[in-house]
Amino acid sequence: MFWKRKDLLGLDELTPEEIEFILATAESFKEVSTRQIKKVPALRGKTVVNLFYEPSTRTRVSFEVAAKRLSADVINIASETSSVRKGETLIDTGKNIEALNADIIVMRHNYSGAAAMLARHLSISVVNAGDGWHEHPTQALLDIFTLKEKLGRIKGLKVAIVGDIAHSRVARSNIWGLTKLGADVVVCAPPMLIPPDIERMGVRVTYELDDALKDADAVNVLRMQFERDGQDAFPKQLEYFQNYGITSERLQKAREGIVVMHPGPLNRGIEISSEVADGKNSVILQQVTNGIAVRMAVLFLVAQGRERLGEDSCKARPGD
Amino acid sequence: MKILVRQGRVIDPAQGIDKVMDILIEDGRIAGLGVSVDSFGCDAVIDASAKVVMPGLVDMHVHLRQPGRQDKETVASGTEAALWGGVTSVLAMPNTEPAIDSLEAVRQLKGIIEKTASSHVFICAAITKGRKGQELVDIRRLKEEGVVAISDDGASVDNAFLLEEAMLLAKEVSLPVICHCEDTSLSGKGVVNRGFVATRLGLRGIPRESEYLRVERDVALAEKTGVSLHICHLSCRESVEIVAQAKKRGVKVTCEVTPHHLFFTEEDCLGYDTNMKVNPPLRRRDDQQVLKEALCQGVIDVVASDHAPHTENEKDIEFDRAEFGALGLQTELSAVFTVLVEPGLLDWPGLVRRMSLFPAQILGLDKGTLRVSSCADITIFDPNVTWLVKKEDLVSKSKNSPFIGRRLKGKVTHTICAGRINSFYEVSADPRIRKIE
Repeated sequence: MFWKRKDLLGLDELTPEEIEFILATAESFKEVSTRQIKKVPALRGKTVVNLFYEPSTRTRVSFEVAAKRLSADVINIASETSSVRKGETLIDTGKNIEALNADIIVMRHNYSGAAAMLARHLSISVVNAGDGWHEHPTQALLDIFTLKEKLGRIKGLKVAIVGDIAHSRVARSNIWGLTKLGADVVVCAPPMLIPPDIERMGVRVTYELDDALKDADAVNVLRMQFERDGQDAFPKQLEYFQNYGITSERLQKAREGIVVMHPGPLNRGIEISSEVADGKNSVILQQVTNGIAVRMAVLFLVAQGRERLGEDSCKARPGD
Repeated sequence: MKILVRQGRVIDPAQGIDKVMDILIEDGRIAGLGVSVDSFGCDAVIDASAKVVMPGLVDMHVHLRQPGRQDKETVASGTEAALWGGVTSVLAMPNTEPAIDSLEAVRQLKGIIEKTASSHVFICAAITKGRKGQELVDIRRLKEEGVVAISDDGASVDNAFLLEEAMLLAKEVSLPVICHCEDTSLSGKGVVNRGFVATRLGLRGIPRESEYLRVERDVALAEKTGVSLHICHLSCRESVEIVAQAKKRGVKVTCEVTPHHLFFTEEDCLGYDTNMKVNPPLRRRDDQQVLKEALCQGVIDVVASDHAPHTENEKDIEFDRAEFGALGLQTELSAVFTVLVEPGLLDWPGLVRRMSLFPAQILGLDKGTLRVSSCADITIFDPNVTWLVKKEDLVSKSKNSPFIGRRLKGKVTHTICAGRINSFYEVSADPRIRKIE
């Protein structure tokens, strides 16, 4: 199979084969990080621009490390220090980066659909590093990669996603990825954090944590952001931990080897207890390690995809 | 000036006419309808054979953006777009900058219209000063100044007591009250219909309750006060049901639907196309089905475009930040023909009632018919062509049409407004059309 896309915008639009292909590519890149000299020349002479409109350390650093291990040149732009502050539009910023002959933009943006919009206007590659509540495809890919590494398969696995599903791009990307690869997904949160008609994404909904964890092979614990803008109903922090916090007592009722994941950064004592986060079921640090391999694969593939498409054919489509 | 429109299928439900006829126009007025009118002495003859000839459309929901936002649209550019769409009369909504909320504002707008409008423009004044929902405008004097309706369109009057008072005053002077029904405490910062599409796109949803709870309230107030209430752009099943029930009880309520709610659904937002970002939002397919049926059965009285021009800077940006609203004037007749008439859901007289006669009646205008001696506003439509809507062909100052890239059936070939001929003939469109002018 050949990779044909110049962008990675989300897992919603990918076929199961494409997801498997990224995972297989990541598999082959994982070894690079274990070498004495952690570098391959796959993207030598390419320029990767990290364009981050939201504060992020782990995702940005992970992309930066991934790009550098592929020998790409990396430039970081954070919205606080750039012309974004001077009111430049996203499309203008993107076109300026394109005019520098950069090859890939890795973008984190607070608005859903921003990556798709940018990709439509540019001929260079766009990798979505999280857009609003919409998608965070590389996070889901590294979650799935880690699960597969740990449990040997995805098909038939029972995976619980617990936390603020409504406002979570990690949840959406995980749901698409996991269901496309044949896992059974259950989402669990208080009712106000379950978005409408989420069942139509192919998941089961429960408001009871014990019900979600029962028979689960893995649980993905979402970060709770209590500092939200006050537009939506939200549970009280303590109440949340009591009812939905992942603690050792809860896990005792679950399957013995249940794999515990978390996209980070952790809110210890809010959505997960320290005991669990640091415990034997946790793969949280493996996720971080695997993130490098997955992002190397994604950067490598979109660069290939763009070359394969030819620069002209990726220009904005008629009617856009 | 003497014009003959020859051999078109003339549809004029006000007179019960649906047959192939000639129409003679003299000095801007309809001079006669007949089976075979002599063209002797005519300055122009338009061959309308195989075309539909109808009274010019009356669009009762149009944002011309003047004064204040001439970068989006002007009276000149908006009425030009109207003529291209077969619309000869528009109702200009008052959410301009400043709002049309005073005699001075109305007089100023009338001056602009007189100097620059290509079509007839009627004025809707605000209900409250600055559309802020706090202090009523001088309804009686605005009526005397010639406004034909009042509305705070774009916003609901949140204060029910104030709205009731406005309704009482409007009733006294026989002005219809036009209500945009939205409870912003429920719609909040939502940008698309609350439901699966919003969930999938990660966008904040606008619940249907934000609309129909207000429809319910406004209908109740209209029932109590006896005013003629017209409700803007219905989008969901519940709103339709409330209006249907009210009509059964004899409440003087009418309502409208936009062409984009008939043509698109929430699923068209899936690519984050901001031209699909409208208020109220595009809803589900089953809502659309209800809207279509209600329009065909007469529960919904009118198609109105809610023509809402916005600049590219306000539209071609992140979905959350983009303005609500879509162009409509230039495409509405083709769009309604495509979704309702061509598939056989609505007949031509039915369409003409909903896009010309009924809006004229609701606003108390002497429009919507081809009766002899009435103003010669005539739309000629070729149902046999299909056209691709292209951005560069939009004559509005703004280009935010959701129809860009879509194929529509049927196209306006001529619009005669007060006896002036505007021809939109395209040579490439169809070799069967012959231009005689």
